[in-house]
Amino acid sequence: MKLKTTLFATSVLTVFGGAAVAQMANDMTIVSWGGAYQNSQIKAYVEPYQENNPGVSVVWDESSAEAVAKLRAQNEANNVTWDLVDVTAADAMRLCDEGLALEIDHDTALAPAPDGTPASEDFGDMIVSDCFIPQIAYSYTFGYRIDAAEWNGKEPTSICDVFDLEAFPGKRSLEKRPLNNVEWALICDGVPRDTVYDVLETEEGQARALAKLDTIKDSVIWWSAGADTPQWLADGEVVFGSTYNGRLFSLIVEQNQPVNMMWDSQAYDLDGWIVPAGLPEDRLARVMDFLYFATDTQRLADQAKYISYGPARKSSAPLVSTHAELGIEMAPHMPTNPDNAKNAFVINYEWWADYRDDLDAKFQSWLAQ
Amino acid sequence: MTGKQMSDQSQSAASPDDVPIAETGPVLAADGRPLKQSLNRALRRQKLRALMLIAPLLIFILITFIAPIADMLFRSVENQIVSDTLPRTVKELADWKPDDAELPPPAAFAALYTDLFIAAEEKAHTRLGSRLNYEATGVSSLFRKSGRRVDNLGEDYVDAITAADAGWKKPGPWAVLAETAGSALPRFADVWGEFARVAKVNDKDPAGEKPWELLFVSLAEDLRAGGAAAYDGPLKRELDQITQALVEVAPVDYQAALVEIDAGWADRTVWATIKTYAPRFTPGYFLNAADMHLGPDGIALKPENQRLYVMLFQRTLIMSLSITLATILLGYPVAWLLANLPMRISNLLMILVLLPFWTSLLVRTSAWKVLLQQQGVINDILVWIGLVADDNRLVLINNATGTIIAMTHILLPFMILPLYSVMQTIPPSYLRAAKSLGANNWTAFWRVYFPQSVPGIGAGSILVFILAIGYYITPELVGGTSGVFISNRIAYHISTSLNWGLAAALGAILLAAVLLLYWAYDRIVGIDNVKLG
Repeated sequence: MKLKTTLFATSVLTVFGGAAVAQMANDMTIVSWGGAYQNSQIKAYVEPYQENNPGVSVVWDESSAEAVAKLRAQNEANNVTWDLVDVTAADAMRLCDEGLALEIDHDTALAPAPDGTPASEDFGDMIVSDCFIPQIAYSYTFGYRIDAAEWNGKEPTSICDVFDLEAFPGKRSLEKRPLNNVEWALICDGVPRDTVYDVLETEEGQARALAKLDTIKDSVIWWSAGADTPQWLADGEVVFGSTYNGRLFSLIVEQNQPVNMMWDSQAYDLDGWIVPAGLPEDRLARVMDFLYFATDTQRLADQAKYISYGPARKSSAPLVSTHAELGIEMAPHMPTNPDNAKNAFVINYEWWADYRDDLDAKFQSWLAQ
Repeated sequence: MTGKQMSDQSQSAASPDDVPIAETGPVLAADGRPLKQSLNRALRRQKLRALMLIAPLLIFILITFIAPIADMLFRSVENQIVSDTLPRTVKELADWKPDDAELPPPAAFAALYTDLFIAAEEKAHTRLGSRLNYEATGVSSLFRKSGRRVDNLGEDYVDAITAADAGWKKPGPWAVLAETAGSALPRFADVWGEFARVAKVNDKDPAGEKPWELLFVSLAEDLRAGGAAAYDGPLKRELDQITQALVEVAPVDYQAALVEIDAGWADRTVWATIKTYAPRFTPGYFLNAADMHLGPDGIALKPENQRLYVMLFQRTLIMSLSITLATILLGYPVAWLLANLPMRISNLLMILVLLPFWTSLLVRTSAWKVLLQQQGVINDILVWIGLVADDNRLVLINNATGTIIAMTHILLPFMILPLYSVMQTIPPSYLRAAKSLGANNWTAFWRVYFPQSVPGIGAGSILVFILAIGYYITPELVGGTSGVFISNRIAYHISTSLNWGLAAALGAILLAAVLLLYWAYDRIVGIDNVKLG
């Protein structure tokens, strides 16, 4: 008798559970970068979302760095296990190109700003691809040691000081790929900012950029992991180094190292979500529900409490408040802050989509010489 | 016991081996069959049983190891994407010579428009763009841009047809036309086939779908070519009406229209690239992997500032050999101590060997960073004892030295363990016997002990070398620019540039190199001489 009731109860549960699944899945696999960034996402919107929707469980996969390759493999195997993927703008564009990401109608899928501005206007230029839902603007910028003895108390103020070995001797760290480095080299070789990519299109322009980099090649340590430059700066291994501005923020403000930020000619990049193409309806419904919540004005502003990356919505900027633990104002540490953004340039993704392979081959060959 | 010995014995147990056996008939077993046959049968059954026993493992390895690798390596020659995405263009280009001074014929532009339109509907054009961008820079955005704007190209035709009868905006008449067109409207029938296919892929009924603009264009082109006269179906009157209306409309100049979308289409190199990479299989990736390039004019060496892979292959081989040598030099004494010290101490030593083995690879690599960097522990000590000047610290990391030091350490257990297990089997009494016969320490070691430990060196070397040649995480972290391996480029092409074809070609070459070295090792040293214990 008892067994019968249990069986009955289970089958009722199964029926109702099954009905719920048909509308909205209760599990989500979200792909992100791990570390402080993923933590800011958890705090700012995943935990609040789970509070509103008890029963939704989230599995994290820290694969964003290889997202394009892995999603392509999943797609080829016809077994897409991810529901939402955090990628850089350039990767979003490639996923869209490959047909691996879902095209989004930003105005219907995302919340409007509090004053009613539709999402596509609120995000504005940040929507660089039809599949891309921007979250934050970050930048590649330089940090420097403030106690470098040979500098005699001078502090670098311009990107070209990176190329000035006489005034600012010492090792520098640059990323082991051409992106940003060739742009910076050309800017310091006297090319006006707005024509950098036109010059880079030509063989001579590329040779010119590499020749400029040649002048400091012997003093450069090349990084490939985002954590390299902060560690080298902290250990005094380098006196100058490029990395993500959020990493420098945590080195300077949270860990109190004798390092300063140089915002000149910071290179903007974007990071955001894409939804894999071909999700079953119930999972898609869940993801879109989450996205609507996670990319609204307040949520993006909340994220800035935990990490110094600028929210992608215009309407979020006035809501950016103080650091969750340190209590300091976050706005001055944002790459989008007007004071910091004076000389910033925006990476031209479309251009890089064409020239990445070509320039990378030349850059790697140059590195190996 | 072999069959021959057995038959010898049954002949005459007493006859000595060297006496030739007299020719007699075949020896028979108890059941009357020839002995050899029945023995073979017994053996075959045994072999089959052995095979059945290992079958699960064999199938497992085939499915999860051999098949994926073969599939991956196959990508190094596979190139279906061009002819699958642009089938009509490839056909039209068959007679065009890339070294012609002229652009391809107008028919090729018309075919490209059709192919591009269909590809854009399926979102396959950008994928092809990225593929061809590996060969000719700029093709990626050319395809992306063209795919976005290609559906405005036939507006005049659409306007003319819908002006003649607004009913054509709806799916209805198109489905009727498709059923009755027969061979009268070849272009339309071709496009309808694609339209129906794409609709079916999306689980839609083609008869209920909004007609593509391309359908209008193909119908217009058919009617211009006099298709209405050949058509004999329910829509004859409507088609005549459209034919009338089209007289007013200027024909679409596909070439001009495509060039207007992007001037890249007036560039012969784009067309030459499409033609060169039209075949379903290409040696292009392998040539790339050997610093060569397959262009319209044939195979040529890449310009000097783009050569990379041959140098990286050489570096990988040379550095892997150095690492193997270093592990032999460092591992041999340790293994000797392990094998010859009293149990209590050697167990402790063994734990010291195994401890790093159990520690995460990344932790060990990061530890080396802390030790080796210029402001690191080793440099600090050297400066402190005065061996090195403070402003002239040694560069031990982010170069080839760093890779060799870190990888030697990481791979050392793979040398020590086989050496140790071989040395354990060498009786210590041999050395004592050699000495008692008058050999000094060196001779006793070199003439008696060392030759017996060679199988261990062989096993360790193969293990270390093959592991080293495919290593990539450690070189990536400590190798800087002069200490990275070919595997770092393979990883780059798999995960970052997405050029899987090139990655597969590099991987295939690396695999071939390993197999070749293994074969050479077998010929020179003999693989039977390898012992793991």
